Amino acid sequence: MGSEQQYIELYKQCRTMIHEHSSDVMNSVRDEAFERFASSGFPTQKVERYKYTDIQKLFAPDYGLNLNRLTIPVDPYNAFRCDVPNLSTSLYFVVNDAFYQDEKPKGHLPEGVIIGSLKDFATTAYYNQLAGKAHDATTDLNTMLAQDGLYVYVPKNVKVDRAIQVINILRSDVDLMVNRRVLIVLEEGAELKMLFCDHAADDRNFLATQVIEAYVGANASLDLYCLEETHHKNVRVSNVYIDQQRDSRVNHNVITLHNGVTRNKLDLTFSGEGAECQCYGCVIADKHQHVDNNTLITHQVPHCTSNELYKYVLDNQAVGAFAGRVLVEYGAQKTTSQMTNQNLAANKEARMYTQPMLEIYADDVKCAHGSTVGQLNDAALFYMRQRGISLEEAKVLLQNAFINEVIDKMQLEPLRDRLHYLVEKRFRGELNKCKGCQLCK
Amino acid sequence: MLEVKNLHARIGEKEILKGIDLVINDGETHAIMGPNGSGKSTLSAVLVGNPLYEVTEGEAYFNGKNLLEMKPEDRAHEGLFLSFQYPVEIPGVSMTNFMKAAINEKRKYQGLDPMNAAEFLKLMREKRKVVELDSKLANRSVNEGFSGGEKKRNEIFQMAMLEPKLSILDETDSGLDVDAMRIVAEGVNKLQTPETSCIVITHYDRLLEMIKPQFVHVLYKGRIVKTGGPELAVQIQEHGYDWIKEEIGEE
Repeated sequence: MGSEQQYIELYKQCRTMIHEHSSDVMNSVRDEAFERFASSGFPTQKVERYKYTDIQKLFAPDYGLNLNRLTIPVDPYNAFRCDVPNLSTSLYFVVNDAFYQDEKPKGHLPEGVIIGSLKDFATTAYYNQLAGKAHDATTDLNTMLAQDGLYVYVPKNVKVDRAIQVINILRSDVDLMVNRRVLIVLEEGAELKMLFCDHAADDRNFLATQVIEAYVGANASLDLYCLEETHHKNVRVSNVYIDQQRDSRVNHNVITLHNGVTRNKLDLTFSGEGAECQCYGCVIADKHQHVDNNTLITHQVPHCTSNELYKYVLDNQAVGAFAGRVLVEYGAQKTTSQMTNQNLAANKEARMYTQPMLEIYADDVKCAHGSTVGQLNDAALFYMRQRGISLEEAKVLLQNAFINEVIDKMQLEPLRDRLHYLVEKRFRGELNKCKGCQLCK
Repeated sequence: MLEVKNLHARIGEKEILKGIDLVINDGETHAIMGPNGSGKSTLSAVLVGNPLYEVTEGEAYFNGKNLLEMKPEDRAHEGLFLSFQYPVEIPGVSMTNFMKAAINEKRKYQGLDPMNAAEFLKLMREKRKVVELDSKLANRSVNEGFSGGEKKRNEIFQMAMLEPKLSILDETDSGLDVDAMRIVAEGVNKLQTPETSCIVITHYDRLLEMIKPQFVHVLYKGRIVKTGGPELAVQIQEHGYDWIKEEIGEE
């Protein structure tokens, strides 16, 4: 029996406790998810989408869970400063998996916009509708154990001008597993920019699963930024599900600046014509860090456009993986799709697995995919050294130049500027863990 | 300034330099000519420390310091500059950041504080004029999308910025039209002082008419086989290298 057994036992033993501390909506799909999880177990690396990350191994250790919802003493406003400050954003905190309720005044939100605790607001109309169909064991595990999270709702034709920044803080005195859940609903014509910054505030082993479901209504626009800046003891398994209706626009950006083991999955589906998505990924990893981005973009209907650019810089013994699949279904004519994965291995021991895939069942489409893995250009390095730039500095300049191409695509300007700064610090080895975090011992 | 004794170097298993002796004093300009494949570019690469080449024998001193023991960047800090035959394109690194890094690393080496931004931009503006380099080019990525002539002018611009003691121009005239060559030559002449020296590697006497060397060396099969005054360049232009090969008893 694999490592799923301890979670099956846990659910059987703690089912009542889990239910008591959650809501009816979240509980309504829990048993079903459990049944699926119990019968499938965790995927092995023989399963195509999990080829590059050993899920069995990641879930094997015995982590604590806070199923009884004990309040963890933390005042994030006083104790925590994110590395991406002053974004003129409306700032919210999620501590472990719980929305942090407070009385602090927020930047003015337009009428009808809801940002709050998932267990208070989630509705069966949306909750688990995308994730439940995914048949993904790590998603089912999250559905079965998640008790709370974040809910974001933007009504019809409402534009939220200020970016919403959510800081996810992992905070614990013991090794902890956290199952975080996010549900985003954008009605027709709504606009929202969201930035998630993930931090681990304690020097503990963390295993954080996350499921984000986003429904993007007709002509709506969602910019989603997920920035991870945790530490080497952190395991992150994130599953993002996005459904795009007619003429909607999505910018999905995922940035891994510092981590332990990270697995990010994105499933994005065009279910309405004329929709468009841009997906950008930026990964910087060294030492023994592991980052696996797995994307599936499904063109169900005609006239949609998808564009992906993922760039990795790997050093030391870091391992990177990118597996992207674009599925153009029968009848999805006039699809335009571009997928690019470019990687820089700054060291002979770094490893990159890249697998761009196109699967096309329509005959009038424009699709391209490609990937590269390369080393730092020796001629350029020497040219710079001849001008007096040290080898170390020349490497930083070249790595920066490489990764800036993808950072420059990101729309949220203050984040972009901040990323330029953070990435450069990262390449200089000056960003060993979340810098602004005062909880770090 | 520079003293090279019996220098041997190879790339892979192939020996290219087979005993070079060369002395360059302050304020002198030397031209190095020679048929293709004779080792001219190798000599310049070895002097600036290109890691592709291995020195197997001999010595090189630069202002009394053992050049061969220094890292390429330290050779640059000591005042050695190479204008590359093929300047390298570096997409994504702006000329400004590139020059700022170069200037400030040199200042660090000299124990000075980094140059402030205003001072630096002023310096960029001044030095651009030396080779009439467009300000647009200075804002672009290093050499990216530059024409052949612009790349060579950019080399001389960098030379102006870094104020080296010894500059090696490796076929800086190749691929240049007459006007560009004049601009480059005038730029180089403006930068010459009684304390600085220059090595000009070229195939043509045209550049040497503008940058007037006191010495002309002929490099052949990894050795300097003939040294003369400026008239030697004219003779080579008129008669080629065969007569020199005959002189040294070949063919």
